[in-house]
Amino acid sequence: MNGSPSLRNRLSRAVRDIPRSGIRDFFDIVSTMKEVISLGIGEPDFDTPWHVRESTVFALERGATHYTSNLGYLELRQALAAYVQRTFGASYDPQTEVLVTVGVSEALDLAVRALLNPGDEVLYHEPCYVSYRAAILFAHGVPVVVETRPENGFRLTREMLEAKVTPRTKLLLLNFPNNPTGAIMNRADLLDIAAFACERDLLVITDDIYGELSYDTPHTSLVSLPGLRERTIFLHGFSKAWAMTGFRLGYACAHPDLIEAMMKIHQYTMLCASSLSQKAALEALARPAFDIGEMVQEYRRRRNFIAAAFAEMGLDCHRPLGAFYAFPSIARYGLSSRDFALQLLEEEKVAVVPGSAFGACGEGFLRCAYATSMANLQEAMTRLKRFIAKR
Amino acid sequence: MDELLKILQTNALEPRETIARMLGLPLEEVAQRVADYEKRGVIRGYQAILNEDQLGLDKVTAVIEVKVTPQRQGGFDTIADRISRFSEVRSAYLMSGAYDLLLFVEGKNLREVAAFVSDRLASLEGVVSTSTHFMLKTYKRFGVLMHQGHSDERLTITP
Repeated sequence: MNGSPSLRNRLSRAVRDIPRSGIRDFFDIVSTMKEVISLGIGEPDFDTPWHVRESTVFALERGATHYTSNLGYLELRQALAAYVQRTFGASYDPQTEVLVTVGVSEALDLAVRALLNPGDEVLYHEPCYVSYRAAILFAHGVPVVVETRPENGFRLTREMLEAKVTPRTKLLLLNFPNNPTGAIMNRADLLDIAAFACERDLLVITDDIYGELSYDTPHTSLVSLPGLRERTIFLHGFSKAWAMTGFRLGYACAHPDLIEAMMKIHQYTMLCASSLSQKAALEALARPAFDIGEMVQEYRRRRNFIAAAFAEMGLDCHRPLGAFYAFPSIARYGLSSRDFALQLLEEEKVAVVPGSAFGACGEGFLRCAYATSMANLQEAMTRLKRFIAKR
Repeated sequence: MDELLKILQTNALEPRETIARMLGLPLEEVAQRVADYEKRGVIRGYQAILNEDQLGLDKVTAVIEVKVTPQRQGGFDTIADRISRFSEVRSAYLMSGAYDLLLFVEGKNLREVAAFVSDRLASLEGVVSTSTHFMLKTYKRFGVLMHQGHSDERLTITP
């Protein structure tokens, strides 16, 4: 056992063959530079609401420092079930149908591991969050990509799914509002997809982490549509709407058989989500409208600003409708998205994430997160305009 | 509240062009609406929010609770208006509870404020009693924390 090549050969193939996230790669470059304005941050710039932080301190003082039930505090699961019913239109039994997890990331990992046998195919759409493909591969599933396009607002349609479905397809994985495109789905598209999932008897995972962040029309969750609740694992968490990324708190809602299977893995690997984060989440659910309303309004203003700025400088961008990302096309500048991002970073000290980090079809696009102050956004737009004027 | 006013209340210096983009309105309309608010007196001025503790000024601020006798015609408004017009009075509010008016009064030093209270305020017809408290330190004004810099703890690139 001398030298790392031999060690690498002894790694699990499933792990060895998966590349590191392109985001990680780009972070290493950006972090060597000073005074960069970053539009590369996939998390809110707002602070976690103070009442949530304050009550977390209180929970610590009161000694909420022990293991909780594997599923999470019952009180929290009750509050979650009520919130999901109110906000997403599906009702769940807090005793058996809700599982509190370490972020949505853990919930996704549990869900695919609980559902997939080796060789099972999973339909998912790209450009998408960096974890999906890897999570499917770690679970020995076969990722089958459906590529969404700017021409139809990066929406997913039944036709696109029909083209990729096979008898081995077991699972459909969706994320809207979408990271990195800012796309949302309208109700008609979702109804088609719901019918497709039912006809093909597919299981479904819907990652609604950005569900509260839809700016022009209210978000419709797939899980609220006829026939979907029983076959769907609904994922949501506190990172985006409450600006609680570091708390690492997510949850899954599904049929008791599915939650039981996920809970088994969770029980043996994670045991439970952090007790303090669970207390924080309970407080966050006390007045969501108050906490989220102002943030959504502010994001909408920034979305309007960045969309107008792109239009004025002649950068093609489909209108971002949700989450806090714009996904402009830079195809006409004859540079790969990585080279474009690197040159922009070097010349103007503006960090964006190359679209290729979110799947092969993200090539030719940039992800620009507008979860940053208006002052930063204005300066970034001035610099970006200067940069593309030279090209 | 009108979103335009919310934006101005957060940052009155936000360029009108930026506000127009944020609200998806033509620039002229934003300028016109601001002008209307100013004309109607909804917007009564624009001020910087200062951390005065940092400036080491020769200045003290007192918070004064005042009990008054409402007048037959004009109620509290007449007396409140008379008090508000003194330039030493920076803010004045009608309150429910144990006293009637709450004043924020500024002076160079304790003696100057004391002189204002005894000579000008307490002697006014209709003022029944006053109770003066001096401010020691400002932690937050107009929704802005005074003693904390802004730091962004986030990593520069995250998924």
